Amino acid sequence: MSRIPLDTVEHAAETPDTELPWAELGLKKDEYERVVEILGRRPTGAELAMYSVMWSEHCSYKSSKVHLRQFGEKAPESDAMLVGIGENAGVVDVGQGYAVTFKVESHNHPSYVEPYQGAATGVGGIVRDIIAMGARPVAVVDPLRFGAADHPDTKRVLPGVVAGIGGYGNCLGLPNIGGEVVFDACYQGNPLVNAGAIGVMRHEDIHLAKASGAGNKVILYGARTGGDGIGGASILASETFDDAKPSKRPAVQVGDPFQEKLLIECTLEAFAEKLVVGIQDLGAAGLSCATSELASNGSGGMRVTLDDVPLRDSTLSPEEILMSESQERMCAVVEPDKVDRFLEICEKWDVIATVIGEVTDGDRLEIYWHGGKIVDVDPRTVAHEGPVYERPYARPDWQDALQADDANKLPRPQTSDELKAQVLKLVGSPNQASKQWITQQYDHFVQGNTVLAQPEDSGMIRVDEESGLGVALATDGNGRYAKLDPYTGAQLALAEAYRNVATTGAKPLAVSDCLNFGSPEDPAVMWQFSEAVRGLADGCLQLGTPVTGGNVSLYNQTGEAAIHPTPVVAVLGVIDDVARRTPVAFQEEGQLLYLLGDTGEEFGGSAWSQVVHDHLGGLPPKVDLERERLLGEILISASRDGMIDSAHDLSDGGLVQAVVESALLGGKGARLVVPDGLDAFTFLFSESAGRAVVAVPRSEEVRFNDMCGARGLPVTRIGVVDGDAVEVQGEFALPLAELRELHEGTIPGLLA
Amino acid sequence: MTARIGVVTFPGSLDDRDTQRAIRVAGAEPVALWHKDKDLGQVDAVVLCGGFSYGDYLRAGAIARFSPVMDTVIDQAKAGLPVLGICNGFQILTEAHLLPGGMLGNDHLHFICRDQKLRVENADTAWTGDYTAGQEIHIPLKNMDGRYVADRRTLDELEAEGRVAFRYLDLNPNGSLNDIAGITNAAGNVVGLMPHPEHAVEPLIGTGRTDGLPFFTSILKKLVNA
Repeated sequence: MSRIPLDTVEHAAETPDTELPWAELGLKKDEYERVVEILGRRPTGAELAMYSVMWSEHCSYKSSKVHLRQFGEKAPESDAMLVGIGENAGVVDVGQGYAVTFKVESHNHPSYVEPYQGAATGVGGIVRDIIAMGARPVAVVDPLRFGAADHPDTKRVLPGVVAGIGGYGNCLGLPNIGGEVVFDACYQGNPLVNAGAIGVMRHEDIHLAKASGAGNKVILYGARTGGDGIGGASILASETFDDAKPSKRPAVQVGDPFQEKLLIECTLEAFAEKLVVGIQDLGAAGLSCATSELASNGSGGMRVTLDDVPLRDSTLSPEEILMSESQERMCAVVEPDKVDRFLEICEKWDVIATVIGEVTDGDRLEIYWHGGKIVDVDPRTVAHEGPVYERPYARPDWQDALQADDANKLPRPQTSDELKAQVLKLVGSPNQASKQWITQQYDHFVQGNTVLAQPEDSGMIRVDEESGLGVALATDGNGRYAKLDPYTGAQLALAEAYRNVATTGAKPLAVSDCLNFGSPEDPAVMWQFSEAVRGLADGCLQLGTPVTGGNVSLYNQTGEAAIHPTPVVAVLGVIDDVARRTPVAFQEEGQLLYLLGDTGEEFGGSAWSQVVHDHLGGLPPKVDLERERLLGEILISASRDGMIDSAHDLSDGGLVQAVVESALLGGKGARLVVPDGLDAFTFLFSESAGRAVVAVPRSEEVRFNDMCGARGLPVTRIGVVDGDAVEVQGEFALPLAELRELHEGTIPGLLA
Repeated sequence: MTARIGVVTFPGSLDDRDTQRAIRVAGAEPVALWHKDKDLGQVDAVVLCGGFSYGDYLRAGAIARFSPVMDTVIDQAKAGLPVLGICNGFQILTEAHLLPGGMLGNDHLHFICRDQKLRVENADTAWTGDYTAGQEIHIPLKNMDGRYVADRRTLDELEAEGRVAFRYLDLNPNGSLNDIAGITNAAGNVVGLMPHPEHAVEPLIGTGRTDGLPFFTSILKKLVNA
């Protein structure tokens, strides 16, 4: 970019015909023209840099915005919501004066280009969002999706991603309590690396990203700014991959978890002393985002001297400084008389902190470099008034054929031996196998508050040591269901996460989401997206769980091939006393096993259809959210009143998968009887939603049945916890040792 | 009366608050110590907790060993102050030469977090009095650089003098020589181990066992009865 003379605002006005590299920076022609129109002149190089990153798909949500509005319009009444969509993360009231903030974000594109750093900085980014709300981060979760488990590139991407998540999260001292690992050929070349985090604070400690009060100082603190991650949001995350283009590796940031750990402690100490008026983390779009967001959310303008930004590389141009996505940086707005104390705390933690500007009376964001004014914009036009697209969308013409290809008509096992062989194939398949090889690379004990962690149905963290108050978080998504029917698929993801939270005994309160889709420029993908958002918004309204925020990741496709539409839904729940939590593992022999809910012939998108027939077609399971709510209430009551000792939700893989998992985790087998009215195959493999298996102590049998009967929830006794095999009477018996070898051996066999 | 047990926070320490909680659960009084302070504030014992001190980008514990607080800890440990090093704390103790040997990266090259079975080999140290020799316990383990190594002569010495305090059972999670999970100095006041007893002090939390609590009750009893 132009160095001599400095491209100041004045210079830009004098040289209207200078060509600027707007296309290389990812802007479309009409978008560039709009910038010129807003400014009434051509932008300076620095202004162009800011607009190009802030108007990228990743930062501006320009393709998704018109659909995402439904989350607000259809928001259910909820007393729990303290801070809603639009801030760094939503905040929910969990009682006893505590507030919880949680969010899930994608770091898909960088994790494919450079798995370790891509995944590591994904954790770093979501954790800074949590700190920026005023909360201490207390846990992370990682929903992950990779290409086929036996594909050679999966062996490159997965170990790097897992090591990156572990390397960063473990070093921050955050327990990793949940997430998912899914394999499907559709994610080959476009792995989904979503990262979620939970933070806890007192109500009065909530902080917001706004710069108010003329004269207040703007302090940049944390790592020095370097040349890494330039264009991460615009060029990497907002375009599809294309073999013909040069490597995008330089657009990936490099993480330093130690620096982030210091940032956490020093920020929390500054909060505790009430030194901070407004705060914003530096993530996508770096300083461009932090300054324009802070300025546009506050009451005044902002003046920044870019020369004061501490640099890792003194040759960086102002444009590069504004676009850099160097990690582990935060921006705080502090009253002048508190600046010294703020800087002292940073020094205590050996964190570099510099006053780079101040809040002004006006409404402009002005940035100076070497004495010249290189940015003079209305910050709202950068941060909030970017382009909004009504992208065309259309139900793809192949959707009917896909739905007509009915999985219920696939050949089923004819003999007990075939049934048994298919159970073994399912339990040992990569998607259904134990993910212990992965999760044991994450610390789940640190902080000493982990009540439940993977492979439990939801992760659970104790919030208050005295009262036992706790929170639970589950994330779920099923791209196969969503491909068959995006509206239903999104609701099934919501239903599963809701059910997973309730299964552990916690009451679902609020929702966050990470919506992973292909290119918005493809009408079929936009239709999938709009249907999924509509489904999720309708579902949240019906379940009474508001969406508190979320993240959209588009352009997850290589060439023409998009990933399955993959809405990942996170549900946060609260439990009054973590001592009442319900684990997955069978606890005691002799306890009675009950199946809650209705089982139908529903095999569309099922694990069985994938593992046995490599098939995807038909319709996904039906959703009944009223039933989900009832099931949730029963599971929560039963946990609170001590009526069940273990519970497991039924989802992909069906009943047999759930029972095998509970048996292996508890080291106790089960004898099952196929209930009247069901055949063994449907009983074992159906993926009907709204179901769970619970183990009831004999002393509680009558009380539990009475409760289900009184509330109208179908309940079927299906067997007993017993022995050292999973046995289906009249069909087969599978010794736990054999199941364990299969279930736990698959992933190390493929990846270790 | 109770005992005051210091917990050092280095930049990058992660389990400092957990360790303070464990001390509280055992009935002693935790005292926060800061890496830049030479003053230990009259504590009766010190715990160096887990984490990645100073980022551990050089070699685990190599920089922490030179911090101001460690100058005092080293001096006083030599004079008999009870010191427990957990994970990164163990690494720091070997770097400080308060314990022999050192730690390399796990032989499988991955971070590993699991509920680890151990055998208590020495119940006569300041930190293990509430165990019995030969007792089998489960303590969470989580580390990247947990492979204990020492030269043959040192190993022979440790074994001959009964200074192997804990040994891995069923599975050696990192390739440690002689399955060593933790050791003590000759005087029995300085103990280091890779597993995390502070994560096993409450029945509901973590693995749901309290097998780690005796570390903290052992030292409390010893100090109060002294």
